[in-house]
Amino acid sequence: MGDPVFRLVTGNRLRDGKVIYFVGAGVWTPLIAEARLVEEWDGAALLAEAQAGPPPHPAIAPTLIEATRDGERVVPVTLRDRIRAGGPTIAYAGG
Amino acid sequence: MALYRYDEFDRKFLEERVAQYRDQVRRRLAGQLSEDEFRSLRLMNGLYLQLHAYMLRISIPYGTLSSAQLRGLAHVARRWDKGYGHFTTRQNIQYHWIRLEDTPDILAHLATVQLHGIQTSGNSFRNITTDPFAGAAADEIEDPRPYGEIVRQWSALHPEFSFLPRKFKIVLNAAPDDRAAVKIHDLGLNLRRNEKGELGFEVLVGGGLGRTPILAQTVRDFVPRRDVLAYITACLRVYNQYGRRDNLFKSRVKILVQSLGIEKYRQEVEAEYAAMGVEREELDLPDAVVAAMQAQFAAPSYPDASGDEAELNQALAAEPDFARWVKYNVKPHKAAGHAIVVVSLKQPGKVTGDCSASQMELLAELADRLSFGEIRITHDQNMVLPHVRKAALYDLWLQLGAAGLATPNIGLASDIICCPGMDYCSLATARSIPIAQALATNLAQREQEIGPLQIKISGCINACGHHHVGHIGILGLEKNGAESYQITVGGSDNAQAALGGIVGPAVAAHEVTATVDRLIDVYLRLRRDGEQFPDTYRRVGLAPFKEALVVAR
Repeated sequence: MGDPVFRLVTGNRLRDGKVIYFVGAGVWTPLIAEARLVEEWDGAALLAEAQAGPPPHPAIAPTLIEATRDGERVVPVTLRDRIRAGGPTIAYAGG
Repeated sequence: MALYRYDEFDRKFLEERVAQYRDQVRRRLAGQLSEDEFRSLRLMNGLYLQLHAYMLRISIPYGTLSSAQLRGLAHVARRWDKGYGHFTTRQNIQYHWIRLEDTPDILAHLATVQLHGIQTSGNSFRNITTDPFAGAAADEIEDPRPYGEIVRQWSALHPEFSFLPRKFKIVLNAAPDDRAAVKIHDLGLNLRRNEKGELGFEVLVGGGLGRTPILAQTVRDFVPRRDVLAYITACLRVYNQYGRRDNLFKSRVKILVQSLGIEKYRQEVEAEYAAMGVEREELDLPDAVVAAMQAQFAAPSYPDASGDEAELNQALAAEPDFARWVKYNVKPHKAAGHAIVVVSLKQPGKVTGDCSASQMELLAELADRLSFGEIRITHDQNMVLPHVRKAALYDLWLQLGAAGLATPNIGLASDIICCPGMDYCSLATARSIPIAQALATNLAQREQEIGPLQIKISGCINACGHHHVGHIGILGLEKNGAESYQITVGGSDNAQAALGGIVGPAVAAHEVTATVDRLIDVYLRLRRDGEQFPDTYRRVGLAPFKEALVVAR
């Protein structure tokens, strides 16, 4: 059996587009380690909570993704979400 | 500096557009507009949302920049992004780390140097591209950029075509050697002369890559110059009427031309053209209008540089590295004693097409000193100083080298076209930049022996990296949660354009370099004197390339 797979909600911050994660109670964080992780069956409720709130919503397109825990680290299941969490995998001209 | 200059109407329009957008952003940040309401408004100004941030795409019409415009782009990179920009296969620039709240100021700044992001997204006419050597090439019939500007003005916010079935890309070429990839565009215009010596255009329609790659076909061999706007209006009307709006994957004009057949499409266009009546007069392009536009693009006053050859030859003999750079990066110019210099943005190990603010500023300064203030962007994601005296080449090479801009690899294996891929793009299914870096680093050692070779990489089926027309094309896919890469050979984007053939099952990321090595080995083993990769492929077919990979497996 592999590592348990949790659900968390991510989006892009409205004012600057940065990747953010839902902590709960209307709070979002740029740190995936601080994201609220739930079991698969609680995912829909977490997403609904993340989507709620008056405009302007701080996150664009809140989306449920899968992740596992590796000690203190939260590791998204898909490469795309790992790149969103960690940034480009290459050095760039200004970076 | 010979470039189209905005008139009062252009300036006022752009100022009003920025003010309108500023208000839209204010309302979005205040919660008065939802993302659904705002998305199309930001996209109409070139603002996308990608994996890590907003991405702003700025149009560079026909790939031509003044030094002032390049400085404007550098300023945006330094002040509002992370100090760099990324030049694309549409001769545009993208900034990958943009904050929404900064975008009105960015667009206001760019408007001061005649740049904007309008029509860099959506179902509209996209940036009009052309030969990056336009106005300088020894082999061109005429500078195509005045026609590019005329078509740009005709197409900008065209009311009849503001809701096309899908995006529409127009390209112009004026040389027998197609350096603009005409056949992979929705509509291509090849400037030519008829048997009477009159100027006109061959009109091609229905090219495009993406999930259904198709090469454009000729609709008419020769449309007289003065009729060209009317004729392309007819081409667009047929598309606008019959194009598939019900199916995103069948919405491009290439699918319409394929489904109707070129004969039927041509009949429809000719019927529409014949029925235009008085409209034909309104769209007439008289010689005086063309001449007025050509005056804005007048060639610089080249000094007498006929004595430059001796000085250049001396430097070539003394400095082998300089000679190598001249061999690959310097191209023939129409004016005696002058040359076109291609500045490589493909230093092996770096990111294809990325250019730092400092590099942009250096190139702007070099353009002012050595190239009449002009810079070009190529669809191969390099830059061009189009009018350099041969006596200045050595000094230029030294200065470019100090800034990491003198890689002598134009047209060689490490001069790879590559989209941003999954490191940035929200559509991508695999990374492309690390693949390009690994290939370039590996192949740089033997690229002179290999000779001209075009490798093109896309990180998804949308094919921004033009992989279908690479001599070797690489398409990044996602397969069972892992990146995999489908490889094609034999494509070409020049006058003998062709789509590559798939050589076998997709390979894992760590297998790409070795696989490409094997394909190149086949080519080197089988090529005859004077052949380039597509020539060998046409002669021997796909089989030997496939076999080499089967044996390796």
